Amino acid sequence: MTSGKIYSSATEALSGLLRDGLTIMAGGFGLCGIPENLIAALRDSGVTGLTVISNNAGVDGFGLGQLLNTRQIKKMISSCVGENKEFERQYLAGELELEFNPQGTLAERIRAGGAGIPGFYTATGYGTLVAEGKDVKEFDGKKYILETGLVADLSIIKAWKADERGNLIFRKTARNFNPVMATAGKVTVVEVEEIVPVGSFDPDQIHTPGVYVDRIITGTFEKRIEQRTVRQKETA
Amino acid sequence: MAWTRDDLAKRAAKELQDGFYVNLGIGIPTLVANYIPDGMAVTFQSENGMLGMGPFPYDDEVDADLINAGKQTITELPETSYFSSSDSFAMIRGGHINLTILGAMEVADNGDIANWMIPGKLVKGMGGAMDLVAGVRRVVVVMEHTSKHGESKVLKQCELPLTGTGVVNLIITTLGVFEVKPDGSGLKLIELAPDVTLEDIAAKTEARYEVAI
Repeated sequence: MTSGKIYSSATEALSGLLRDGLTIMAGGFGLCGIPENLIAALRDSGVTGLTVISNNAGVDGFGLGQLLNTRQIKKMISSCVGENKEFERQYLAGELELEFNPQGTLAERIRAGGAGIPGFYTATGYGTLVAEGKDVKEFDGKKYILETGLVADLSIIKAWKADERGNLIFRKTARNFNPVMATAGKVTVVEVEEIVPVGSFDPDQIHTPGVYVDRIITGTFEKRIEQRTVRQKETA
Repeated sequence: MAWTRDDLAKRAAKELQDGFYVNLGIGIPTLVANYIPDGMAVTFQSENGMLGMGPFPYDDEVDADLINAGKQTITELPETSYFSSSDSFAMIRGGHINLTILGAMEVADNGDIANWMIPGKLVKGMGGAMDLVAGVRRVVVVMEHTSKHGESKVLKQCELPLTGTGVVNLIITTLGVFEVKPDGSGLKLIELAPDVTLEDIAAKTEARYEVAI
């Protein structure tokens, strides 16, 4: 028995969900574990004025870089950008808003949002630009700043495998922000390499329970590598 | 003679201890992994969600799903574990990582560090640096002692926007090693690079320090 969560394409999986001005979380670290197919479908949809919450902003012409080229993104909330000339150009020209979050604060804001926690105190960023305008509180003699939980209208994530009920398993460091973003989207759409029948996974090995997943597609993946670094085999 | 990049990494490797969980920053800190003392078990964390980083892959082992925080392809080890970004920073913020070794543009004698932003230039973002300096138990900095123009980067007060305040424990520069006093009242010079004199340090250091060699 399926759950009605499986869609035939990325475009179909996003149907009825898109409007201008949406806030969207997009999983991945660099180009590793990004929802390639759903990003391409967002590009093709022409939806605009987006606020995108994602650790990075892709590279020129790939990943979220595609949505920058088409000017569909109004604002990014990220920890690390700069792999992307078009991003740089739009930002320096004042065409793109940018909010930097420390990477761990970004992850925890998303975790908190998904867990129904509106705010939390962290030592990260205390005494820096990040703390400007934020409440400071002392606990046991150490100072912490108030950060707020983040939620999104839509989360688009990438997992390795899903079962038909939306239970997910990730692979290696392609997990990164994906599981936590799955919890913080009002609607979460997942693309995977393979959909398997219910009962195929050992329940103890599931990373993200299906309750967080609304729609699933299988995609084809380029999996572009940013920094291919190898060592040489010693010759005999 | 001032220390080279590899000398800095070798000196920083002396801060490793058996059983440590360690996060290395990008650049010179990455080289520290080449100088782990024999017989010592050290586990490297990559903040994108991995404990137990292995070496770079052979050409036929490259896996796009397996990268480090510098976005380089790497390999796993028998003891490797993977986890989400939120678990990764819980580990960092919660004080479970023993040591981080990071680069810096400036440090101050109260333990402040600036390593993420130069106003007016393109800002790439702080990534995990603010979380690492705030959460990891011991913070070691490796850096050039002076700028290209010969100005001290070891200061009374950082001029660049801070990454963290009062967080650095040890500063390894191209000229020597300084401990940051826990009360933030200045530095202790504890080592000199070969052929570097106290006069050299005095001429090239703006920070308050006492000599404790």
